Amino acid sequence: MIIGLDVGGTHTDVVLIGDDKVLRRAKVLTIHSNLFDCVREGLEQVTRDIPPHKIHRVVLSTTLTTNAITEGKLAQTGMIVSAGPGIDPLFFSTGSHYYCVSGSIDHRGREIQPIDRSEIERIASRFKAAGIRRVGVVSKFSVRNPKHEFEMAKILGDSFENIILGHRVSGNLNFPRRIATVYLNAAVYSIHKQFFDAVQDSLIKKGLNIPIFVLKADGGTMSLEASVDAPGQTILSGPAASVMGSLLFASDAVDSLVLDIGGTTTDMAVLVRGIPLLEPLGGEIGGYRTLIRSLRTESIGLGGDSAVRIVNGEIRIGPDRLGSAMAYGGPSPTPTDALFVLGKVIEGNVEASARGLQPIAERLGISLEDAAGRIFDDSCRAILTAAGKMTAAINSKPVYTVRELLLGYKVQPKEILVLGGPAPHFADRLAQLSGLHVSVVPQWDVANAIGAALARGTCEVALFADTERGTAIAPEEDFVLQIKKDFTRQNAIDLAFGLLRKKWLQVGASEESLPEMEVVEDLQFNMIRDFSTTGKNIRIKVQVKPGLLPGYGGIAGKLCDRR
Amino acid sequence: MLSANTKTGLVFFPAFDWAISPTHPEREERLLYTQDQVFEEGLLDIEGIIEFKPDLATVEDIQRVHFCVPDELRVITESHLVSAGGAKTIGIQVLEKNIERGFALVRPPGHHAMRVVHGARGFCNINIEAIMIEYLRQAYGIDRVAIVDTDCHHGDGTQDIYWHDPDTLFISLHQDGRTLYPGSGFLFETGGPTAAGTTINFPLPPRTSEEGFLYVLENGVLPLLEQFKPELVVNSAGQDNHYTDPITNMNFSAHGYAELTARLKPDIAVLEGGYSIQGALPYVNTGIILAMAGLDYSGIREPDYQPDKIRQGSDITRHIERVVDEALKVWNQGPEIRAQNRKKDKFAERDRTIFYDTDQIMETQHEAIRLCPECAGTLAIDSKTDGGRRIYAVHIPRKACPECRETGYKLYDSAEIKRYNHVFIQDRTTDQYFSRK
Repeated sequence: MIIGLDVGGTHTDVVLIGDDKVLRRAKVLTIHSNLFDCVREGLEQVTRDIPPHKIHRVVLSTTLTTNAITEGKLAQTGMIVSAGPGIDPLFFSTGSHYYCVSGSIDHRGREIQPIDRSEIERIASRFKAAGIRRVGVVSKFSVRNPKHEFEMAKILGDSFENIILGHRVSGNLNFPRRIATVYLNAAVYSIHKQFFDAVQDSLIKKGLNIPIFVLKADGGTMSLEASVDAPGQTILSGPAASVMGSLLFASDAVDSLVLDIGGTTTDMAVLVRGIPLLEPLGGEIGGYRTLIRSLRTESIGLGGDSAVRIVNGEIRIGPDRLGSAMAYGGPSPTPTDALFVLGKVIEGNVEASARGLQPIAERLGISLEDAAGRIFDDSCRAILTAAGKMTAAINSKPVYTVRELLLGYKVQPKEILVLGGPAPHFADRLAQLSGLHVSVVPQWDVANAIGAALARGTCEVALFADTERGTAIAPEEDFVLQIKKDFTRQNAIDLAFGLLRKKWLQVGASEESLPEMEVVEDLQFNMIRDFSTTGKNIRIKVQVKPGLLPGYGGIAGKLCDRR
Repeated sequence: MLSANTKTGLVFFPAFDWAISPTHPEREERLLYTQDQVFEEGLLDIEGIIEFKPDLATVEDIQRVHFCVPDELRVITESHLVSAGGAKTIGIQVLEKNIERGFALVRPPGHHAMRVVHGARGFCNINIEAIMIEYLRQAYGIDRVAIVDTDCHHGDGTQDIYWHDPDTLFISLHQDGRTLYPGSGFLFETGGPTAAGTTINFPLPPRTSEEGFLYVLENGVLPLLEQFKPELVVNSAGQDNHYTDPITNMNFSAHGYAELTARLKPDIAVLEGGYSIQGALPYVNTGIILAMAGLDYSGIREPDYQPDKIRQGSDITRHIERVVDEALKVWNQGPEIRAQNRKKDKFAERDRTIFYDTDQIMETQHEAIRLCPECAGTLAIDSKTDGGRRIYAVHIPRKACPECRETGYKLYDSAEIKRYNHVFIQDRTTDQYFSRK
């Protein structure tokens, strides 16, 4: 049996899944000030009277780190940044305790200027004096050569609780994002560790000594132990959980659009033949653009509870939410109230909804029903427009080879999967307006928890080989190899696959056998100096793509039956 | 978060799967390190710097500019359609006002491609700036355009295409043609009889450095632009004036390029040459992008940059001052020469030879232009290659008078097809192109 738990903004959803069906489900109110109790309560509800040995894993998706970042509750973190020539690194400051130091590495990974030891030592003593426990060190082009980051960490010594190195957070090039990512990882380190230590303790006390996994932003799982060193990867796992939950019902023959219509927002994602798309570089959170591998999701401020008002003679829906719908005692009219007036929803105070919509109808000079109809239609249209923009943005992503430009795959969703409270009411109209097949994800209210439970491990390895310099490096994996001139592209791919296999086991993916590995980037350049070949520059990226555990396909059918 | 002061568009197309030949300077690797630097600096994350996917240029876009022999698709590869299309994309975005300025960081380049194209010369097959400009003139009705070519090699292709066009001011700063390919771009090359003074060349001595380039800009280029009043300023932004470039002899720097861009303020910049792919391009391009976006570029410098070592001598400074003086004379005399020539109302003729270094073709041309009092004048070209191919091509300019237009069709119709492999007419008044063979 597997437990999936997703802490959402309003509810914490939990499911217990056995063989081929959802055995138990629970919903607990989320209390942001005490997430631990929510998690414990949720777990208790689904595990009651279940023999502990029957549960072989728990997957948790929480808003813990996400909230810490968006609410600015970040631990004091020291940052040391070595940039060399280029944009002034002060632009990327993460706040106080941010220091720019000398040292420079070029785009090939060659050292241009060394690190100044005394500079780092001076900063170290300032950190100590300020009581800083966590430090991030970042150098420009450290993914080509991590030497300076290692040197800085060594000089800092072991007088800090944790030092995060830039090249370990991602193999992608982007210095400002590397700085932000290192900072966030360091700044949520303690809050994440304390929380999960507490969860683990409480489970052990109850005799539930089962492996705990955490959902990542890329829709994959990682072991609790692995997450301690990379807590940043747990941000934005909420949207990822919903997307993973919808995968059970997505076609693998066509592209799909996933719409999670909530109270305040609608979250959108695109699946290409059943596979969720990833952000090209990494997710964005609280104004920080990061290198954290993330599913590509977008959110618009339009949901069932969005405030509806007239602005310049036009209906405006959202982006804010003033409270629940008037039908449920809320303060202002909402799209949900429109659904009441249209008779699509009945269990609530229809009169209150009508009262709320009446002034809008009057100002527009139309009947109450027409006003409700317009609000509803506008909502559906706004969601589809935003989804269209997202698809267009995905398709307009630049490519850098003639071949890709001419043959490039164009995403074209043929079906829509909707989840969320108002989902069933929106489905028909969305189908009419879009002309696409629209289906409501069965048991959508726990799809996120199911998604967390059934998510498989996913990860990526970037390998960079330069036969002229004689090095192959996979920065995130802490891997450097001396190579000879005859090192080939195939050698690089084999090496990358080997590292991926190792990483996949290390992050503690929970299933026994490694899923299919794929090459996502495969570039080789002859390096020519003075008209003769002096080496090869090889860039390989391999991954296990996001997906669900094998063997649970049958669960989809059973979920549909219960609908 | 860093945000641009000038909303700037970027088309980045490094064509990682295209080369002239495996060890040619124009090869897959050329923009690899530039990509790395641009990505690592996070330039594409800067608010107000927007990356666009290039459109593909069409055959019609090429026919507005060139006479391709035997036809368009046989003298280019898809990659050329992407680089010309990338320039076009930037132009469209600027004129649609989605961006204030844009930079097409694309390859292969185009400024050595002339009006008649028998093959590749100077690594260029089709002229990507001209294709963009003529598209924008057609689609948006703009008229006056200035092109400032800052590639180290004389932009002889662009000069050829606009030689007879008084509404296009072509300015080229380059290493003196006596010392470098293509061996042209002298002060006496001033434009055709009806467009005299709208081609301005600044041949600069080897080892010209930042001081010299900026002197020409301030005292030569900017005053000319001020007087010409173009609706659009296009910079052919070659980067081979750099002190590390392997095939040239100049001493310009990344900081200098950024400074030049900041002062020139081009609406559109298009990458041309530049073959110091590790030591120059990553830094020059970063500098140009920051300068276009109105951001601070003072921190951009090459790892081995030592301004004192590349400073130009005083003899060079004096030489450059003389070049600028002479060029200004050309400019000042232009209107009078044009007026005199246009009164003649007859055909002016010239013969010349053109060498295609990349494809090893020798072309001889006989050119005749009508010295028209009303317009730029219809142009007819009789072109032969040493491979035995001969074509006749008629160009009716964009603002041709009825008589010139009629003359153009007469010339086209009366060309004896048995003497030529192909006969072409490019009628820019109706945006049409016809051929016979």
